[in-house]
Amino acid sequence: MDIVVTSTSSDAHTWNLVYLQLLLEESGHRVTNLGACVPDALLVRAARERRPDLIVISSVNGHGRQDGLRVIEALRACPELAGTPVVIGGKLDVAGGAEGGDAVDLIAAGFNGVFRDDIAEFRQYVALLAQEHPVGVR
Amino acid sequence: MSGPERSFGDTVVRLAASHGLVVQPRMGFADPRRMRRGLLATRDADATTAGTVTLDSYTRVGDDAAVRRALARGEDLNGYPIVGHGPAVTAAMLDGVATPDFPIQVRHGSADPRHIITALLRAGLDATEGGPVSYCLPYSRTPLRTAVDNWARACERLASSPTAHLETFGGCMMGQLCPPALLVALSVLEGLFFRQHGLRSISLSYAQQTSPAQDEEAVAALTRLVAELLPDVRSHVVIYTYMGVYPRTAAGARRLLAESAALAVRAGAARLIVKTTAEAFRIPTIAENVAALELAGAAAAGASPAATAADTGVYAQARAMIDAVLEISPDVGAALVAGFERGYLDVPYCLHPDNAGRTRGALDTTGRLRWRRIGALPIGDCADRITGEPMTSAELIDALSYVERTYDGPDRRSVRL
Repeated sequence: MDIVVTSTSSDAHTWNLVYLQLLLEESGHRVTNLGACVPDALLVRAARERRPDLIVISSVNGHGRQDGLRVIEALRACPELAGTPVVIGGKLDVAGGAEGGDAVDLIAAGFNGVFRDDIAEFRQYVALLAQEHPVGVR
Repeated sequence: MSGPERSFGDTVVRLAASHGLVVQPRMGFADPRRMRRGLLATRDADATTAGTVTLDSYTRVGDDAAVRRALARGEDLNGYPIVGHGPAVTAAMLDGVATPDFPIQVRHGSADPRHIITALLRAGLDATEGGPVSYCLPYSRTPLRTAVDNWARACERLASSPTAHLETFGGCMMGQLCPPALLVALSVLEGLFFRQHGLRSISLSYAQQTSPAQDEEAVAALTRLVAELLPDVRSHVVIYTYMGVYPRTAAGARRLLAESAALAVRAGAARLIVKTTAEAFRIPTIAENVAALELAGAAAAGASPAATAADTGVYAQARAMIDAVLEISPDVGAALVAGFERGYLDVPYCLHPDNAGRTRGALDTTGRLRWRRIGALPIGDCADRITGEPMTSAELIDALSYVERTYDGPDRRSVRL
């Protein structure tokens, strides 16, 4: 699959992005890594240009929930991205433990998956998505 | 308020010579009263200390509206908003805090610090840190060329104060997994950039990495290069306690801090920026900072300068990178921009669009940081290379947590990104 890996507009951390890129490439996927502090407009533009099979948003600075709710709205507002799988993971709020409520909000806002720091669950999701994804066909 | 007795750099060098290693926290609070309490607690700690005013992240990126909103609503910020508080509040906060034996530095992390420099000068301060590369590539999307221009103007503004002091952050790039020779080269190049833009009192940073012996060699290389290339500048070396994934046990965190203090003394550095036992979890309290300062001070008092460090090529690699960059242009800023374009400087695992991204570092079995891919770095004949495939995701996690594992002990292994 073609996968876009990105942080959020306010998050300057990058080791999480480097790790995810390696992890996804090891499973044979092609990764475009947008890096740190990605403004919403840049992610939307990159996604419209590349039409990826999956967008992975990773955030560990505690603002992931707020930034995620905002950017998913912008992504889903583009007709050509309405059906693109978009997932988010990392440390999504400052409290770092309040599960449940946030994930429901994020899914309701349009995310296809919410992963805390459970990398096994994320890998499983990607593997299932890849199975459904016909080789060579968008 | 002027004169050499007020210079951050001169005071640190004098204190280090008479009282031993100067230790400094990374401390910043939004509330001026709490910021003042933090500075006073730092000053009165049982150690030779320098004070820190760390700014919040809205001020760092120039979002003054967000600062004003937060201050108006009484919301907390993750540092001291020196621009938003204005010169009168900051001068009152500092009144009676700074003494001839207690120098104060402003820390920020901005790729465009012009507004910060203006604000700190107005408040009567003139010591800060950063650099056109080190505050651009790891933490921002600002084009390097723009950061170079911003920093040139900021340096010139800062240098309008005759006692101004500026520290390079280049020796701390990425926090971890950057081979020491590149850290040393970037620190020196940022120092040369500062000098070109008017600074005459400069400190050069180096962050503790994974191998005490290699760190000692790196600081010796840095000291030698400063003597060779910045002989006309008043300077000192500042060590940073490890900046990567931090030990989670209190004992492990304390041992790593003590090791960094010993490194600073063995290698002849004048100053140390400490970390606390709370570092792996949250922003530390004033008391946790004071405990870290006192522990570092005690560890430094128990260490003594080392004889010459073994030479495994850190100096030769750093010198080769610096020479290749300086040959491009007599203007250090232009040389830095072109140096990154050509890949003469290329930071492993740095995702910034202006970084070539063709190099890789890796840990060897003894814990030394070496090159696995050198890309276009001009160190083909002297690189400390190890062979093998680039790291897998699992090996990356292993390398990122090497220090945490080493200091916490084998049973405390955990992975946090």
